[in-house]
Formats: sequence, structure tokens, C-alpha cells
Amino acid sequence: MKKNLVTAVLMTFATTILLGVAYPLVVTAIATVLFPANANGQLIQRDGKPIGSRIIGQAFTGPGYFHSRQSAAGSGYDAANSGGTNLGPTNQKLIDRVRQNAASLQSENAGKSVPADLVTTSASGLDPHISPASAEFQVPRVSRERGMRADEVQELVAKHTADRQLGFLGEPRVNVLELNLDLDSKRPLQETVVK
Amino acid sequence: MTTNGWFQIAFFLMLILAVTKPMGVFMARVFNREKTFMDPVLRPLERLLYRVTGVDENHEMRWTEYAVSMLLFSAVSMLVLYVIERAQAFLPFNPQKLGGVAPALAFNTAASFTTNTNWQNYSGETTMSYFTQMAGLAYHNFASAAVGMAIAIAFIRGIARREMETIGNFWVDLVRSCLWVLLPFCMVGALALVSQGVVQNLKPYDTVKLIEPQHVPKVDANGKPVLSPDGKSVMDTVTEQTIAQGPVASQEIIKEWGTNGGGFFNANSAHPFENPTPLSNLIELFCIFAVSSGLTYTLGRMTGSPRHGWAVWAAMAILFLVGVSVTYWAEARGNPLLVVGVDQHASALQSGGNMEGKEVRFGIANTALWATVTTDASCGAISGWHDSFTPLGGMVPLVNIMLSEVIFGGVGAGLYGMLIYIILAVFIAGLMVGRTPEYLGKKIEAYDVKMAMLVVLVFPLVILGFSAISAVEGFGSSSILNPGPHGLSEILYAFTSQAGNNGSAFNGLTTNTLWYNTAGGITMLAGRFLMILPMLAIAGNLARKKYVPASLGTFPVTTPLFTALLIGVILIVGALTFFPALSLGPILEHLLMSAGKTF
Repeated sequence: MKKNLVTAVLMTFATTILLGVAYPLVVTAIATVLFPANANGQLIQRDGKPIGSRIIGQAFTGPGYFHSRQSAAGSGYDAANSGGTNLGPTNQKLIDRVRQNAASLQSENAGKSVPADLVTTSASGLDPHISPASAEFQVPRVSRERGMRADEVQELVAKHTADRQLGFLGEPRVNVLELNLDLDSKRPLQETVVK
Repeated sequence: MTTNGWFQIAFFLMLILAVTKPMGVFMARVFNREKTFMDPVLRPLERLLYRVTGVDENHEMRWTEYAVSMLLFSAVSMLVLYVIERAQAFLPFNPQKLGGVAPALAFNTAASFTTNTNWQNYSGETTMSYFTQMAGLAYHNFASAAVGMAIAIAFIRGIARREMETIGNFWVDLVRSCLWVLLPFCMVGALALVSQGVVQNLKPYDTVKLIEPQHVPKVDANGKPVLSPDGKSVMDTVTEQTIAQGPVASQEIIKEWGTNGGGFFNANSAHPFENPTPLSNLIELFCIFAVSSGLTYTLGRMTGSPRHGWAVWAAMAILFLVGVSVTYWAEARGNPLLVVGVDQHASALQSGGNMEGKEVRFGIANTALWATVTTDASCGAISGWHDSFTPLGGMVPLVNIMLSEVIFGGVGAGLYGMLIYIILAVFIAGLMVGRTPEYLGKKIEAYDVKMAMLVVLVFPLVILGFSAISAVEGFGSSSILNPGPHGLSEILYAFTSQAGNNGSAFNGLTTNTLWYNTAGGITMLAGRFLMILPMLAIAGNLARKKYVPASLGTFPVTTPLFTALLIGVILIVGALTFFPALSLGPILEHLLMSAGKTF
């Protein structure tokens, strides 16, 4: 008993040093050398300043931008406070929120049903993607606001659409932040449009 | 449901099938202390560890000494984790200057990670320093998985050994689990995850300037909207985004490989920094099942009956397929209450379905697959919120845990849980033909069955007892987020998940309270150690027994009939215990939802 207690204490400390300190530090060192951008969160710079991460979503609500999904992370897309709504399927709050959002989105694209992902919150609250259907739904509004032809905007959407990985994994998806950045560089919004 | 979705699920199962034998052979060699290709590097490290900690690697233990060593190690390492959490403000690697963790929460978390549960009443990025995450939480991801594996191996030895008093050396099994089975794969796997975009750094959180500043309602420190004197909500302009960072990949990989499930971030494997691509998703899913699936082959090999290993594997695979099919079907149908103006149909341009609390890159098929896998195993990592699943889609994860996570199951824990059901199955088969039951040449007698029943009974007692108290008392029911039958599901899921050492949650329930921290901590400790002790007692008892050669009257444990009987026992014991509770929660909610009722 006493011998095993001493071993328990020593074993805890010895394995903590190996698995709890040495292992993560070694992985950090190798990862930083092999994949420096990935290891640090794939930050995007514009005019020398970081303006986001390639794989973390941001909120876009202005009519000239493609909108991201609904987010329950903090006050919306708070990347230091990830999370979802956890609203259950029969919760009146969920039903009301989705109906309200769907109705307001339908007003800009009459008669079309809104793709499910555009009116639901993501799991992380930081989903960087929308479905190609949700992008297609927003093309008329964005092209009108930007004064671009629909096919020009669709071309940009296609450019930022990733297919299933290795041809079969996951789902097709559009990266909202990169798409909007590209829009800004192609046809900047008038100052008056940005409130 | 789409063809591609089914193909992804089938592809995943084929990968698990393919890894079972190589993994199983490798682990049998490791625990039999035979040569492996990693010995030149790992043997010196192993010997060094024994020298430092005073372990005699040739010492054999009776089941009682094995159990005491396991309890001492768990107690000491749990205490160390508690101290690290409380003292993190004074420890290194804390760039966000996070303060010490409050006592009740620190206790709950220490119990949670020591028992391989990884139930989380906190959100990682706002509570835990990098040091606590690495040396406290990720460390326990290794340690608790290694303990589970050691117990399973000790149990297998109990079956395989004849007329012996001992079942191995706990310290040796622990160290060999860590060094051979866990660490080398995690080194490689962590880097594979970084190649997909999982972050791995020790820098402070980044702050970036938003492209489009956002006007949002201002909230106070408690998350309540701030109102102006005339009752309107005050608006705030957000111009920056703070992006949490950390040594994530090294923790992410052991979180799945050791079926722990505790996320670095609150959103767990739904967070793009934990699980950025469909490929990282596949790697992580693979890791959750790989070791447990391999252990079925280890069982067959170490007991000299590989076909028995496969018969057990088949029972697990069938139950897995049933679960994933129901979840996928339920989630792909979508929410019938949301049909007005919303397109939930799957097409080439969207996965459709019930997308609340799910990520676009995973869609319905992968999120349903993940929810099934994470609760079949005692992992508990999530890639979508189970609370927002449809009632039946959310019931499958709950039922998976209620069957005590024997569908592949946790690392080690899944196999030793399954061995209890196997003992019951051969016992029932013995009753049917009126003979003393035998299992792989060992007579199963009253003592073994009593111990097995103890394991089976502790589980519902803890779950239903604490759930009932929480449902009727204000300190429990006031934590509910979703009203109606869903509220009961939230409470039931919480105690089931903790007793089963799973760790996933119907996360709407507010559990960082004195009641849930304390009751949950006790539940997790009971769910782990009150299970392991009778299990080791059976192992010790079996090891002492004589070998009985198989005769005509022996019920064979290598046939499809055995697989079917085993599935039957699992479903009857597991499902019947919990059916009344389920009918008041998810089943009732499903019927009301179909009738158009909301809460």
C-alpha cells in the first residue's frame, strides 16, 4: 500500500512532465516549423493589419455583403466565446426566430424558400461557411448593391466554393469571409453604403 | 438522406474494420511484453520511468493490489489536477491571465477528467490557461485512457490465465499503454491535424479588425441585455474580433484517440480550430473507434479464440449501424415545425435537414455519424449540439450511453463493459439448456454473475436517482433551458452522460451550479470506480479457475447465434431499464412535435 502510494505520486509527476509538458511543447515546435500558418490560425492580412482568420467566420449584415449564418457565439461570431443556442426542436423561441429571419430574407428574394443553413445557428457560432444554395440565394441582392452583373458575382462565388474533400468527404461550402474580401477588392462598396 | 452520405458512413466503418486486426495484434504484443518495432526508442524510456518511480516490472499483482494501485493513481492525479486548476493564475503559460477555477467547478472538472468523462461545466477559452489545458486536462486524457486500457487487459488476463492468483502489474500496463499505444500515434496524428488547420501555439489570443463593424445589443456581465430608461435595448458597435488560440492539436488528437472528448474550446469539435475540414473530421472519427475496435481482436488473440473477438466486433458493428441509421434519418428529415419559408431538402447545393447547431462543412450525414460514434464510444466530443437535434435524433446518443457504451465503447472501458454483457449472455444461455455456463473454458458461477449484476445495477441507480431529484427540486429544474419534455431529456442526458463517463451533453442545461457540480462529480466517480472494482473482482476470480475443455453442451461464443444473443441481452437489459424515462422525454417530445406542439 505505502509503496504503491509513493509510486502513484512519482508516476503522476513523471508522466505529467512527459505527456503534459514535453509532448505538447515538442508538437508545438514541430508544427510551427512544418505548418507555420496553420499552427497560428491562418490569419489574413489586409494593408498590413490582421483582419480575420481564413477558417473563423465573421458577421456580415450589410446588404452589399454575403451574410454569414446566424451565430450564438457571444454577441455573434465572438471567437473567444464559441457555442450554439442549444435551443431544442420544439422550443417556441427557435421557431419564432427562424420564421422571422426566413420572412425578412424572403422579402429580398420573393417566393423562394430560404436554405436551412442560412436561418439556423451553427454549432460553433464561428462557421466560416454557408452552403452553395445560401450563396445562390443572396446573389440577386449582392449584385444589385454592388452594381455587378449576376454572373460576375456567381463567378466569384464559384471561385470560393470548395467541393467535397477528396471528392466525397463532407459537404460543398462557400467561404464567406474570403468571398466578401474578393468582392471588396473587385468592386468596393460606396462609403455611404457602409453605415 | 443522400447516397454520398451513406457512402461516407460505410467508408468510415470499412476503415475501422481494416484497422481492427493490426491494432489488435499490436496491443496484444505490447501487453504480453513481446517485441514491437518501437522498442528501440521506447524501452529505454520505459526503464527510466520504472527507475524513477520505483516500479519492479516483473512483480505480479493479485486483483486487490491491482485495484488499490489504480485507485491510488487516480486519487493522486485527480488531486494534482484540482490544485493546478485552483492555482493556474500563479502557473506559467497563461497569456490571457485567467484566474483560478472556483472550488466546486474545479472538483467537478478534476473528477470529470480523471474518470475519462470530460464533462465540462466551463468553456475552455474563457476559463482554462494553456498550462491547465496541457499539463492538467490533456495529461488526464492520456492517463485516464491508459487506466481504462489497463483494466481491460487485466480482465482479459483473468479469462486467459489458469489457476493463477495474479492478473498483471498495474504500473506496467499503465506505462505501456501510454508509451506504446497512445503517445507515438498522438505525435503523428497531432501533426496530421495541424496540416488540416488545427492550431498549435502558445501565443495570446489574436485581435483582428472586422471588415464590417457590427451593431449589436449591449449586454451586461451576466449576458442580460442593457436597457435604456425607456425600455429599448442599448446598441453597441463591435469593431474587433478576438480569436482564441492555444496548443489545440496536441490535445485534440488524444481527446479522440483516448475517447476522452473534452474540447479545448467550448464548441468542441465543431470549432473550426479543433476540426477545420472534412478530412480532419474523418481522422478524428477514426481515432475515436480505432483502439476500442482493436481491443476486440486483442481479446480474441489473448484468449486464443480470434473468432470470438470477431463475434463481439460484429455485435458492436450491428448496433452501430442501427444507431447511425436512425440518427441520420431523423436529422435529414429536418424539423417539421420549420417548413414555412425554409428549404430543408437535401440537394447538390445544400445538405438540408435540421441544421440548427450544425456546421456546413459537416452537414447532416457527418454530424449524425459523429453523434453516434461519440456516444457509442465513451468519447463525448461533439461536432454539433445534441440539444438541438430532433427528438429521435437526440435519443440515439442518449440510448447509446444508456447501453453503457459497449458499442466499441471507450478505450478499455468499452471492452470491459462488453465483457459484463458477455458473462450475462452465456449465463442466460446456460440457464436455457440447464448447464453451468462456461466462457472460453472458464465456468461462470454465482460469484461472477453477482459481481456482473452489481455493475449493471449501479448504472441505472445513479442515473435515475439523481435525474429524479433534479427534475422535482428547484435547484435542479431551474437549470433547464428548453421547456416541455425536452427539459427532462436535458437532465436525463446529463446524468446518463456523466454516469457513463461520456461527457457529451444536452448543453442547454446550466450545470455550473453547486448542485450539478457536486452531484455530477459524484456520479462520474461512481460511474467509473464502482464499475471497475467488481470487474477486477471477476477478473481475479476467473484467473484462479481451472480450465474446462469445451464439450458438446458448451454454448459456442464464436457464432452468429452468440452475436444475436449478445445483442439481445444488451438491448433487453439496457433499454428496458430506461424505457419509462425515455418515453417521458424524447419519445413524448417526438409525438408532440409531430402534432405541431411547441413549448
